[in-house]
Amino acid sequence: MLAFIIISVVKIVVVLVVFLLMIAYLTWVERKLLGHFQVRLGPMRVGPHGLLQPIADGIKLLLKEDIIPTNVNKFIYIMAPMVTFVPALIIMAVIPFGDTFELFGHKIDMVISNFNMGILYIFAVTSLGVYGIVLAGWSSNNKYSLMGGLRSSAQMISYEVSLGLSLIGVLMIAGSFSLVEIVNAQDKFIHWFIFRQPLGFILFLVCGIAEVNRIPFDLPEAESELVAGYFTEYSSMKFAMFFLGETGAMINISAIATTLFLGGWHGPFLPPVVWFLVKMAGFLVLIIWLWATFPRFRYDQLMSFGWKVLLPLAILNVFITGIIMVL
Amino acid sequence: MFEVLKTIFWALPRGLSITLKYLFSKPTTVRYPEQRLTLSPRYRGLHYLKRNDDGSEKCVCCGLCAAACPAGCIYMEPAENEFGERYAKVYEINELRCIFCGYCQEACPKEAIFLGKEYEFATDRREKLIYTKEDLLVPENKGVSAGKTD
Repeated sequence: MLAFIIISVVKIVVVLVVFLLMIAYLTWVERKLLGHFQVRLGPMRVGPHGLLQPIADGIKLLLKEDIIPTNVNKFIYIMAPMVTFVPALIIMAVIPFGDTFELFGHKIDMVISNFNMGILYIFAVTSLGVYGIVLAGWSSNNKYSLMGGLRSSAQMISYEVSLGLSLIGVLMIAGSFSLVEIVNAQDKFIHWFIFRQPLGFILFLVCGIAEVNRIPFDLPEAESELVAGYFTEYSSMKFAMFFLGETGAMINISAIATTLFLGGWHGPFLPPVVWFLVKMAGFLVLIIWLWATFPRFRYDQLMSFGWKVLLPLAILNVFITGIIMVL
Repeated sequence: MFEVLKTIFWALPRGLSITLKYLFSKPTTVRYPEQRLTLSPRYRGLHYLKRNDDGSEKCVCCGLCAAACPAGCIYMEPAENEFGERYAKVYEINELRCIFCGYCQEACPKEAIFLGKEYEFATDRREKLIYTKEDLLVPENKGVSAGKTD
């Protein structure tokens, strides 16, 4: 029992620290890559090639004046950033990032919690994240924030449906809701779900980017239309919490994509954790690449695309998977 | 439907390939204080006033530069020296007003005023940008040819 608690605490601390470091350095990678995509250099001044930039940014945000506007609903206003940030942190609990191994006679699963409803848990928690956005938009008492919050909720409702349906095919083939089981079902390269569910993967990619509010689905924070969207009124560390929550959501979606479609930690030669991180990094670069390439959707295009294209395709994917499995 | 498929399998990957090409191209950033662009030979920067070979000022305060100046940024007051020669007692250029057109240089019959290559004279006070004759004149010991950064 004691050993179990110690092992769990160690895993939680390690995953949390690595996750937070990844959030910090993903902002650097983002800025650097976007810079080079735009034929610029990106951050260069703080440390070699701007490597200390995330630390400088963090210190700056911590020391900034924390403004609470007069007309906000204070309780919800303060709560909203936490509601956005916490779900981003706790999703990592069910992601398996390595194989089981033995250490001093104890079997250690490289996953914080191997429980059999992993995917449902992920859906529940990612959907919680949008509450923070909607509450932030509403409590700020600002029309731009409210618009951002409303857009976010509408977008989330439209795309969560397709996101869920795009995974049904994977669940049907793997026959389990547990992420560990799903990874075990992809032990060989050709068994990766990206090859068995190509349409499902594309749908997941599109809906996943919509889920984390990245370009081309960044309507809730469309700078050119809504100032900063739902976090217009936020400053200092509260602003940073939204930012961290969003970046964390990006890491989460790539971790989920890696687990469900890219074979999780499976791979030759390198240790499983490294493979997991490499695949995740690849997916993150893909998201940033899409970000650097495409313009933002118009609101009506977003809605019609979600309901008229993605949803039928997702249902079609489930249908085809079912037929193939029966045959 | 064909249009949608064409978008997905042709237009989107093409857009991605274009941005990918730019990702691997050399950044055009010039890291300013360390690296600088080479100035054009015709670059027009901060003014300077030249001297004769004997070190006296070339400017005779004729006022043609002030007349030519479209921004009206040159102010001068004439006076006579001990030999009865006319010179500029006061010669001020308001660099905030100046549009660096170079008409003063063209108008000058004595070839006294030139626009140099100096461009880093930003300051925190407006008053500091009204350059007097002493600021504009090239140092005496360097003679005529040693224009500021000519």
